[in-house]
Amino acid sequence: MPQIFHRSFNTISKVSIASVVILLIGLTGATYVVGWSPYVTQEQIARVQPVPFSHQHHVGQLGIDCRYCHTSVETSAFAGMPPTKTCMNCHQEIWFGSSMLEPVRESYRKDQSIAWERIHNLPQFVYFNHSIHIHKGVGCVSCHGRVDQMPLTYQEHSLLMGWCLDCHRDPKKHLRPASAVFSMTWSASAEPSELGDRLMKENHIRGVEQLTSCSTCHR
Amino acid sequence: MIEQGAKSETRADTAIPAPVGQGYTFGSVSDKISALVLTGRTPRGWWLGFLFSFLWLMILLYAIGYLVLEGVGIWGINIPVAWGFAITNFVWWIGIGHAGTLISAILLLLHQQWRTSINRFAEAMTLFAVACAGLFPLLHLGRPWFFYWLFPYPNTMKIWPQFRSPLIWDVFAVSTYMTVSLMFWYVGLIPDVATLRDRARSRLAQITYGILALGWRGSAYHWHRYEVAYLILAGLATPLVVSVHTVVSFDFAVANLPGWHSTVFPPYFVAGAIFSGFAMVLTIAIPLRAVYHLEDFISDWHLENMAKIMLATGLLVAYGYFIEAFMAWYGGNRFEQYVQLNRMFGPYAVWYWLLIGCNVLAPQLLWVKRFRRNTTLLLIVALIVLVGMWLERFVIIITSLHRDFLPSSWGMYSPTIWDWATLIGSVGLFLSLLFLFVRLLPIISMFEMRTLVSETQVHEHTARNLGEE
Repeated sequence: MPQIFHRSFNTISKVSIASVVILLIGLTGATYVVGWSPYVTQEQIARVQPVPFSHQHHVGQLGIDCRYCHTSVETSAFAGMPPTKTCMNCHQEIWFGSSMLEPVRESYRKDQSIAWERIHNLPQFVYFNHSIHIHKGVGCVSCHGRVDQMPLTYQEHSLLMGWCLDCHRDPKKHLRPASAVFSMTWSASAEPSELGDRLMKENHIRGVEQLTSCSTCHR
Repeated sequence: MIEQGAKSETRADTAIPAPVGQGYTFGSVSDKISALVLTGRTPRGWWLGFLFSFLWLMILLYAIGYLVLEGVGIWGINIPVAWGFAITNFVWWIGIGHAGTLISAILLLLHQQWRTSINRFAEAMTLFAVACAGLFPLLHLGRPWFFYWLFPYPNTMKIWPQFRSPLIWDVFAVSTYMTVSLMFWYVGLIPDVATLRDRARSRLAQITYGILALGWRGSAYHWHRYEVAYLILAGLATPLVVSVHTVVSFDFAVANLPGWHSTVFPPYFVAGAIFSGFAMVLTIAIPLRAVYHLEDFISDWHLENMAKIMLATGLLVAYGYFIEAFMAWYGGNRFEQYVQLNRMFGPYAVWYWLLIGCNVLAPQLLWVKRFRRNTTLLLIVALIVLVGMWLERFVIIITSLHRDFLPSSWGMYSPTIWDWATLIGSVGLFLSLLFLFVRLLPIISMFEMRTLVSETQVHEHTARNLGEE
């Protein structure tokens, strides 16, 4: 009986089996790299805005409080975006001739909101409330990073569910006194764990069981 | 071995019949079985059967397509009956899949040679049944494309599946079962595929079977490694026969629901699985041997053995039904009692009594040897048992769920056309795979049958000697 396969087929079959294994490992690895990458999460990527608003200038250099613009952060789920009027409080006096600010003045004249590009965009099936985090002692900087150093705003963290759970599973380390919640530069001076324990008690923070329950965030 | 076999035949009435019909040689066994695959023309009956199955398969495709578009709302499920057909079908199919491993692993380890003529297609049947079974929990997820969330893998959500839930145990049990059954089936096929490669005429068949044969040349080394691998796989598969359906029964028994929360579930589910599995093997074997004239390989004696296993497991299942009712009364739990009474006399009573008729009464016919030898009757009983085992899962799921502890949360379940389409479609998938298998691979293990040929000659020899004495 003649040979069905040429002698080289021995090598071909071994190589192809090995390549399938390597390919599968490679694909899995690639999925992981891409899944956690800024390409998917959009972290650390500054977005182009209708007006190149700089938190670095307004917060870092001028020292304006977060709540001057994000007025509802202490009372509602949404931190609040300032109406153009808030901008104009200052900008009808200073830089009122700047061409960079023309879209702001135009919005004010036409009474049409500026269409800011949203940076922190949680999925719709996540229930997130700013006010509860503020009241329990989570600082703005813990999630949003050093916005006082951002010329253009970007997302500091991945906003992946695992990132949320990092804190919900161990909230103690991320708490600060009410006076420091809006500070960009505060750091725990003495014994952070002791402070954490105290704040957990004072702010009536529920146990990890409840903080990591599905329906805390997916209602 | 052979000597032992001969010794056990000192009395003529307990003699074990020869495993292969008379007058066969090594060559003619291979000729007869490989001819089913290698004949150039496909029989018209095969085309008709395949076309019919394929149409049913298309129903499944259509039903799944519509399900993906619209969601599980197209089915009859809702609160309180959230499980419905999907889980009924899942348990039914996975139960049917149990005969394959029992035949291939346990009967192999117990040296039951009659398994040889049925193990190949029983294993194939197992694989196809598990494939059908696997479909249903995935479709029932609602978003089947996230099926991989069932597996514990490091993910961006930093959460694991709930390891305390029997549903995750199910994932492991079924996927292990699928993997081991597939390995077992394929390893057993290798020497036969090599035979097909050597006998094939067309280039395409030679290459295809050649690749599948993994370079098998039939050397002593090959046979030695084959035997070792096959025994190891049999050892691995043996606990699975018991474990898989035990885990499936935990889906119910671990839940704190009257009618489910019962310790009798694991053994009674395993018995039920083997019961329905052998019913399916008979349902396939009887037409197959009639169409392809395989009476010399699958004799009445084989069918009778299977009928006996069906009778035995059927009695175990009947005991399960009895003990459920007994414990409801004896346990003194009002809710448990209510569920049992509701099963027997409530809105689904018809299904309960049909199930008792199919699973308890019908198999009693098999006490009589004359009935066990009547292939038509055997086929009918097997089909009735298959229906009965489906009804059993339906009754367990629906009657327990539809009346909760509080009358305010009571409800009724009725399947929609899409429930039926998915069930029928899964039968189509099963039959289509089976038809392809029958046409493309040897349905009976040729090399194992060849080892039985010499055995047959020994039998004839012994019979002659006994006659002379």
